[in-house]
Amino acid sequence: MFFFTFLAAFLLTVRIRRALKFSPIYPKWRTALNASGWIIIGLWLLFNSNFSTEVNEILGALMLLGIVLYLKKEPDFKSFEVLLFAHYPLVIISFVNGVISLVFPDFFNKWDNFFVCAQIVAFGWIFARFATSKKQQEEIKRVNQRKSELEVLVAQRTMEITKQRNELQDALKELQATQAQLIQQEKLASLGELTAGIAHEIQNPLNFVNNFSEVSMELIDEMEHELGKGDTEEAITIAADIKQNLEKIRHHGQRADGIVKGMLQHSRASSNVKEPTNINIIADEYFRLAYHGLRAKDKSFNAELVTNLDPDLPVVNIVPQDVGRVLLNMFTNAFYAVHEKKKIAGSDFKPKVEVSTRTIQTLTRGPHGIEIRVKDNGNGIPDAIKDKIMQPFFTTKPAGEGTGLGLSLSYDIIVKAHKGKIDINSKEGEGTEFIISLPV
Amino acid sequence: MKILVVDDEADVQPLFLQRFRKEIKNHEVEFRFALSGEEALKYLKEKHSEVVLILSDINMPGMSGIELLDHIRHDFNMPPQPVVMMITAYADKENYKQAMDKGADDFLTKPLDFNLLKEKLKTISE
Repeated sequence: MFFFTFLAAFLLTVRIRRALKFSPIYPKWRTALNASGWIIIGLWLLFNSNFSTEVNEILGALMLLGIVLYLKKEPDFKSFEVLLFAHYPLVIISFVNGVISLVFPDFFNKWDNFFVCAQIVAFGWIFARFATSKKQQEEIKRVNQRKSELEVLVAQRTMEITKQRNELQDALKELQATQAQLIQQEKLASLGELTAGIAHEIQNPLNFVNNFSEVSMELIDEMEHELGKGDTEEAITIAADIKQNLEKIRHHGQRADGIVKGMLQHSRASSNVKEPTNINIIADEYFRLAYHGLRAKDKSFNAELVTNLDPDLPVVNIVPQDVGRVLLNMFTNAFYAVHEKKKIAGSDFKPKVEVSTRTIQTLTRGPHGIEIRVKDNGNGIPDAIKDKIMQPFFTTKPAGEGTGLGLSLSYDIIVKAHKGKIDINSKEGEGTEFIISLPV
Repeated sequence: MKILVVDDEADVQPLFLQRFRKEIKNHEVEFRFALSGEEALKYLKEKHSEVVLILSDINMPGMSGIELLDHIRHDFNMPPQPVVMMITAYADKENYKQAMDKGADDFLTKPLDFNLLKEKLKTISE
């Protein structure tokens, strides 16, 4: 029954061809598989007419074995291993059948049914294995399909997330730009508040420069006069006066210079460079500027200015214009508070704003920080809004008068950029005290 | 003639002393200085009858020149009434009107024109 081996070989090529139909390696094997099908049929016809059944049995077994071994060697057919393996029983049984029928024909004829049955079982075995392997293949195919579906889904989600992230980054950039713009606006607003004060503060020293130089010219005339008379003693006295005047001129010139420089520094974008700074100088300068600024805007405004500056204050490493802005903000707030109270309380109320500095000492290691207090006797901060005053855009001032950014920026500058802290003592109706602490 | 100058800027003191150098030397005028309205009032409490002229800055921390003027006119409302001239860097109508309403005799603006001031002094001393 060599027919089985040929049929099995033929079916094997057909099955493989079908299974490969939709795989990428199909074109590579299509011709070979097609051809081998025809070759098997051709061989069968050739063997059938030329050799005896016994020989054909052996040849068929060897041919099938050859095909199976060849396919097993090829990595492309790795997934058909189970199917290929299922052909071995048929190969062995057919070969044994062929040999026995050739060598012991009597024995074979006697047990003929048995041998053919074994061959049919071996042939059927291929079908059973094929069905199982087909099921497995389908399962694998399904899993692969599911996998690629998931991959597509993952790629889709990743794309969505990336898109969202990019959108968020853009939004963040926009927010940062807006924030920078707001900070700049706040700076300009505070510069506006300063302008009048600056004008006053520059006018004053300029007046002195003019006055002292004028009087010095007069004094020189007088000195010449005295020298003409021979009164050298008087001339020397006048010379001393002139020298003193020139010193005053220089002093007031420097004062105006300092104010202009401070103003430029204030309006410039922060360089964020920390430098050792004497807080007393900044505090005093901005205290006056804030006062005169408000004074120039509202003629009715007046307040007692008290400065209590610790002469031994250590220098601190700060960004001067940033901390200056914080102080300016605190002063402006304080003046605003006392001015508001004055409007209601009337002439009996004496507005007073006090700035004091002091060194924070530790017991063992000397100074470890400084403290700036800005105290007013204004209306105080109501308990209900104490939590909110540091929030951006929170303001109690009428629309258009405050940006609501002053204290929130102050917080950023002192706490975030300088590792300091801001404490607030406030009692409604009695006044407010802001305490800024900075590490040395 | 005793003149009280009230200004929170200490440097006006040498300026006055030098500008009126001759007059001081000839004992025509005598200067006293106060750095605040409060200080001026304290001085006036003791010596108000001696002071002929008060030159006061308006814009000072604490008691303003206007408040000082108010005090002078009310607290020392007895002869001899000193002449009070207000000085300010802010030469606006509002300031002027307020000073005049409160009883100022004159209103001068910074930077001070000393020649003009000397002219005015002459009319006072005459």
